[in-house]
Amino acid sequence: MHGRKREEDPNPEETAAKALELRSLQSQFMSNHHQKIYTKEAIQLSAKLLITNPEFYTAWNYRKLAFESRLDEDSDTSVVNSIIDEELGVVKNALERNIKSYGAWYHRKWVLSRKGHYYPSLENELQLLNDYQKQANQKQDDEKQDDPSRNFHAWNYRRFVVELTKTSKEDELQYTTDMISDISFTIYSAWHYRSVLVSSLVAKKADGFMPKETIRRELDYVHSAIFTLEEKQSGWFYYLWLLDQTVKMETPLRFSSWPSDGSIIILSGPDCFNASSSTTKLTTFCSESGSFPLILYFDQAVSGVSSSTVTIDSELKDLVWEPVSDKKNSQVDSCVWVARLKCDSREPCFSRKETKVKVSLGGIVSSMGCNLTAPYEFVFTLRIHDTLEGESSQQESIVSWTDDLDNWDDDALSNDLHSFIAFKADTGFEWRKKAIKIEIEHFRTLPDSKIGKLILARLLMAEETMIANGVHYKEILQLYNDLMALDSWHAQYYKDEHSVALIHKVTSRTESMSRHLFRYRSMNNIVCLRLNNLTLSRIAAVEKLLFVQMLDLSHNEFHSAEGLEAMQLLCCLNLSHNRIRSFSALNSLRHLKQLRVLDVSHNHICGELPVDTTRYLCSSPLSNSGETGREVPNKYQDAYLVLRDLMKLKQLDIRGNDLIFAGEEFSSFVRHVVPKLVWLDGHKHTS
Amino acid sequence: MADKLVADKHLRYILNLMAEKKKESFESVVMDHLRMNGAYWGLTTLALLDKLGSVSEDEVVSWVMTCQHESGGFAGNTGHDPHVLYTLSAVQILALFDKLNILDVEKVSNYIAGLQNEDGSFSGDIWGEVDTRFSYIAICCLSILKCLDKINVKKAVDYIVSCKNLDGGFGCSPGAESHAGQIFCCVGALAITGNLHRVDKDLLGWWLCERQDYESGGLNGRPEKLPDVCYSWWVLSSLIMIDRVHWIEKAKLVKFILDSQDMDNGGISDRPSYTVDIFHTYFGVAGLSLLEYPGVKTIDPAYALPVHVINRILFTK
Repeated sequence: MHGRKREEDPNPEETAAKALELRSLQSQFMSNHHQKIYTKEAIQLSAKLLITNPEFYTAWNYRKLAFESRLDEDSDTSVVNSIIDEELGVVKNALERNIKSYGAWYHRKWVLSRKGHYYPSLENELQLLNDYQKQANQKQDDEKQDDPSRNFHAWNYRRFVVELTKTSKEDELQYTTDMISDISFTIYSAWHYRSVLVSSLVAKKADGFMPKETIRRELDYVHSAIFTLEEKQSGWFYYLWLLDQTVKMETPLRFSSWPSDGSIIILSGPDCFNASSSTTKLTTFCSESGSFPLILYFDQAVSGVSSSTVTIDSELKDLVWEPVSDKKNSQVDSCVWVARLKCDSREPCFSRKETKVKVSLGGIVSSMGCNLTAPYEFVFTLRIHDTLEGESSQQESIVSWTDDLDNWDDDALSNDLHSFIAFKADTGFEWRKKAIKIEIEHFRTLPDSKIGKLILARLLMAEETMIANGVHYKEILQLYNDLMALDSWHAQYYKDEHSVALIHKVTSRTESMSRHLFRYRSMNNIVCLRLNNLTLSRIAAVEKLLFVQMLDLSHNEFHSAEGLEAMQLLCCLNLSHNRIRSFSALNSLRHLKQLRVLDVSHNHICGELPVDTTRYLCSSPLSNSGETGREVPNKYQDAYLVLRDLMKLKQLDIRGNDLIFAGEEFSSFVRHVVPKLVWLDGHKHTS
Repeated sequence: MADKLVADKHLRYILNLMAEKKKESFESVVMDHLRMNGAYWGLTTLALLDKLGSVSEDEVVSWVMTCQHESGGFAGNTGHDPHVLYTLSAVQILALFDKLNILDVEKVSNYIAGLQNEDGSFSGDIWGEVDTRFSYIAICCLSILKCLDKINVKKAVDYIVSCKNLDGGFGCSPGAESHAGQIFCCVGALAITGNLHRVDKDLLGWWLCERQDYESGGLNGRPEKLPDVCYSWWVLSSLIMIDRVHWIEKAKLVKFILDSQDMDNGGISDRPSYTVDIFHTYFGVAGLSLLEYPGVKTIDPAYALPVHVINRILFTK
């Protein structure tokens, strides 16, 4: 089916005769198979068929049945071995016809896996593979598809034989070295296999495979592949994996939290948004019901966060931890976990105006097996301001994104801010930092090229995550700008990476951060982070932004709200003038339970998108997720699935999108789904 | 060089393949055992071109049912042994014709569920070959039949995740190299079970977008390989499911597919000037569907069926 040039059949009669012969062979075979005939002749016929057409899978099944029936009669070892020999012979002939036949490869595996029989020539298998894989490929580019060194069936079969013969991983690692160094640097299969072997040897702490020495050795080894054959991809992927491992291999889990360590959280009651106060704090949290979220953000997805792994040293009630994800049970892997602490003012601890809360974490493991340097703890102080119970007594005014915003120039802000944006670097990083530094020096000497610039950008970002002093961002942004020009086909990829670097740059230092921080006077000076008009296409650094309550992302290039779900404190969000094409792209917002104000005006939100790229990232019957039993309306289904979870939403702006969202039908739909809505498209609703 | 999709020619190409007279060509005889797949490729292409009415529904459906085995599974053609590969195609064909109701759903779903192994993986048939392709098939098929709870979904998902590689891609079994076809299967299975959060979307998305060849605009299946129209499906659908399709140059890919058409006789081949076949015809049209080519109905990237078909099945009680 593949790789045949389009041309006229030079010999149609011969082809027709071949067809007839094959048809006859197939019919005879089927007759034998259905009648369970396993005579010598019948078995030979099946061999003839398979050699002509190895894809005729039923014949492989037949041969297995015949094999079993012959074994039933005889258990003499030499006879068994000769039967096995025969099967292997048929497989060999079939493979000569089609080296990529699944049926043939599997039959060989099946035959050699039969329990109770040890086939003495098993070691032979490895040799046969070596001979096959190492054939120097002299063929033209067109026939790259038959390159033995890239035949994945052979590599899979190799892993099978290695396990059966208990060949050591160290020996196999040497084999990949031979393949890469002697045959070709561009054997991706060998690099892939190397990554598997190296990971396994490090994980089981084999001799000579501690992370530091292994990484150093592998980096030196892969340099030769990258620097000599820049345009060939295989080495780059291995190199980038090594870079990732340099930062992550056996590193402890890191996390950030809200409230953060050493912070003072002022819990303010339901009237807090209407009150005016001269003292403003970065850390005031307005609580309508007396509860507030305790947020944990891990740098890798973890499961098993519960009240047994996270203990709170205070009189606060037993907590229920939930992952911020569409699935809610404790076995789900998630980076973000939330528990709601309820402050019942009748509890003794709250008769005091101030309470210290200590949170201890232990026994949490990521899906990649990384632990917290346990036990880890942080302490924050709760100050109760006003009574917490009761409903808000005043009507709220419409929130504007352009008026009533003041710069935040409070010096006291720096300390608070610093505690939020400092993502604690770990000790024990020294060898990693050194390794990255060496690599950066290497890559600076390379002439301009796409891959050189991309790797340098990644190296500089990696150094930033470990040193976090913000010096590299200017260069990183320039590299991505260069890449957008150099490799326009992947411009959107570089644009996304550019956005990530830009947000990290802004959040790397309190000085740059405070230029983007404002206070919104009309809501008791809650802190507003303004990242508008920055050509951003995705969010990043959310671990540093957990404290943000009002976020302006307008006039950017977002096509999805992915990543915003971690910002659990958000009560006002502006996504107007972006590139959102559907409500399913806003799925992440479902998790923002505090959201009161949402502006998605002037996007491209359609009623029905031809190709919806966020369809499988939300809960729906298509992905067998989402709660059953809740009636989902036919029209505005996507909108319903997002809006129904926003219980506190008071203000929504959806102007400037598909016209179906502009009429009376949609507004009555919204009023029904979001009962607390007061403002729609700038107009006040009266129920 | 082509500048449009010659849908009428492809229609005639497919109808010819399905007609009686072509049955005895050498190509037909040698592919006899996977006629069920061929029928699915041909019929889905017709459905995407809104021409499903050109075939006899009764003829197709009754032939499909002759391929069902007493175990509940379907074979590639009458007389052959059952296998999940053909069971999925059979169910998909019946879905196209809105004829799932003729199935003994219990029987078919038990056949598939019975092939799940202890470690969560799936065998293709009673002979035990394990491959993540079969995980995808089981999950896709059971989801269409609304019997996903017959298998251990958690174990199935964990097994798939254990096949994740250094590049964010997936192979056919743990430790196996990433390949776009396997990636489609694993990402599709994770999508259908609501587990895409277990995919490193940025890492995989970048590996996938690097499949695009700067000369032809086509996509290959893994590094250092030649571009091929079938990857317009496997790479593209994977990118769409993880919302990273904006990382490739779509217009150039459209051109590559159009250039691979046989403008005279219809059909699409693996690359320009090569031999056409039904497999590449389907993947070319499906790829154009995902690229929003006008005149082609939308295909669902996970179930590989037209969106209106899968919506009809899964969104009604």
